[in-house]
Amino acid sequence: MNSELEELYQSVILDHSKRPRNFGEIGEGAVQVHGDNPSCGDEIDLSVKFGAEGVVEDVKFKGMGCAISQASASLMTMKLKGQSEADAREMLRAFQNLVTIEAAESPRMLGDLRLLAGVRKFPQRVKCAMLAWRAFEQALERKAGGDVSTEEA
Amino acid sequence: MSMTPDWDAIRADFPILDQEVHGKPLIYFDNAASSQKPRAVIEALDRYYERDNANVHRGLHALSTRATDAYESARVKVAKYLGAASAEEIVFTKGTTEGINLVAQTWGAKNVREGDVILLTEMEHHSNLVPWQMLAERTGARLRFVPVEPDGTLALERLGEWLTPEVKLFAFTHISNSLGTINPAAELCAAARAVGAVTLVDAAQSAGHLPVNVQEMGCDFLAFSGHKMCAPTGSGALYGRAELLDAMPPWHGGGEMIVTVSYERSTYKKAPGKFEAGTPNIAGAIGLGAAIDYIEGIGRGAIFAHDLALTEHALAGLVSLPGVQVQGPRGRRGGLVGFVMDAAHPHDLTTFADQHGLALRGGHHCNMPLMKKLRLPGTTRASFYFYNTMAEVDRMIEILTTAGRFFA
Repeated sequence: MNSELEELYQSVILDHSKRPRNFGEIGEGAVQVHGDNPSCGDEIDLSVKFGAEGVVEDVKFKGMGCAISQASASLMTMKLKGQSEADAREMLRAFQNLVTIEAAESPRMLGDLRLLAGVRKFPQRVKCAMLAWRAFEQALERKAGGDVSTEEA
Repeated sequence: MSMTPDWDAIRADFPILDQEVHGKPLIYFDNAASSQKPRAVIEALDRYYERDNANVHRGLHALSTRATDAYESARVKVAKYLGAASAEEIVFTKGTTEGINLVAQTWGAKNVREGDVILLTEMEHHSNLVPWQMLAERTGARLRFVPVEPDGTLALERLGEWLTPEVKLFAFTHISNSLGTINPAAELCAAARAVGAVTLVDAAQSAGHLPVNVQEMGCDFLAFSGHKMCAPTGSGALYGRAELLDAMPPWHGGGEMIVTVSYERSTYKKAPGKFEAGTPNIAGAIGLGAAIDYIEGIGRGAIFAHDLALTEHALAGLVSLPGVQVQGPRGRRGGLVGFVMDAAHPHDLTTFADQHGLALRGGHHCNMPLMKKLRLPGTTRASFYFYNTMAEVDRMIEILTTAGRFFA
């Protein structure tokens, strides 16, 4: 088997894509965001509950898409829960670098998300890995609530 | 029928096929998206740019005369290829999408009114859906859709429920780009004519794959793309019945489409000139002419038979794979197969295949509403052309077998 494929689809990633964690919806008081990748049809509904000073109290997602988008969303929800807004923003930045920049560092704060570094060898799959994160970025911007839509950049 | 073509020699006419991708021999099964080009077409472009390049229809010098002759003789080739009554019925476009938009924005703007119905089918590519949505929005016309049955065919025995006298235009695809269904175009055109509806056939997937004759089909308009049939990207043509083209207003305004111009007003050329404003894609049209010569040298009957043999072989292999469901009709169909593998999303499968040198397409294939109706996140599609081989199909089945285990 080809090593780039092995790296892209590590067992943890396949496991998260088949058994996504934090799959579902948060009801009252959460910011609801919908994200699409129009070129491929992947979709995500992300709910984020922010606490005092923007701490991410809870985050859940529902979605449809490839292994990369589903695993990225699942791993993201696990890592974001309990983070301060500043740390969450830092993770967003670090993750984007991780999947787009060849020589990017792999900060420990990303935990298992670092397993998605293999995406950088597959430029057309970056938008899959970023789908949940783009939705989270929108949630940060729209903490006030209400449905907003994100589209592929 | 003539003798069987020498498929190996034909394959050798396509320089691009002789390469490795990710260290594996390239298997190009994305022909429904765009076909490869034979040396004959590439050389026709070279020849044009190295010897004859000039603007058409206006220079009085030798190069312009040569370019004009080559451009207009390509139009004659397209007319013959489609069985049109005359070359004046052929408008050069940049592809199927532009041809359909031309009809929607000229014929449609003049003839479609509030309350009229534009009839489509549920299997249309976005290019034969969105232009009509835009027209309906502007005019107040309504869209109606002939449903797709679970077996991937149109609900033909109930066609009369949708094809009623309010239908102004019936636009449908000849071959579905995601299901492979071949629609009975002549039958549909006859039924439309019986209620006074104008017809437009989207021949993007058929023009390079099986014999298409607009007079036998009885259609009013037919649009196709050159790049899916060995010609350069940005080439293509729209056929329109002379009577309709003549009555249509022009589309883009500019040079080339006029007879006289004053500061206040202009008069326009007859069709097809009035639809070709500006400097056209001269090289593209010449390349399209060369592609037609090349395809006719093989024969569309032989090409279709080859497509069908590859497709049947692929279907037999795919249905034997565990957890794989094949979309579309069985039996006679276009040279493409869409399928779903339970273990892997189409994008993951397509990435996996690519790493093995196999070019497939994964996704909604510009059929988002159809995928929604079929409750699919998309499909993976293998689409064939005459330079593909049985051995390549066998290799695809091996790669997919490995993928099934990898993602299980």
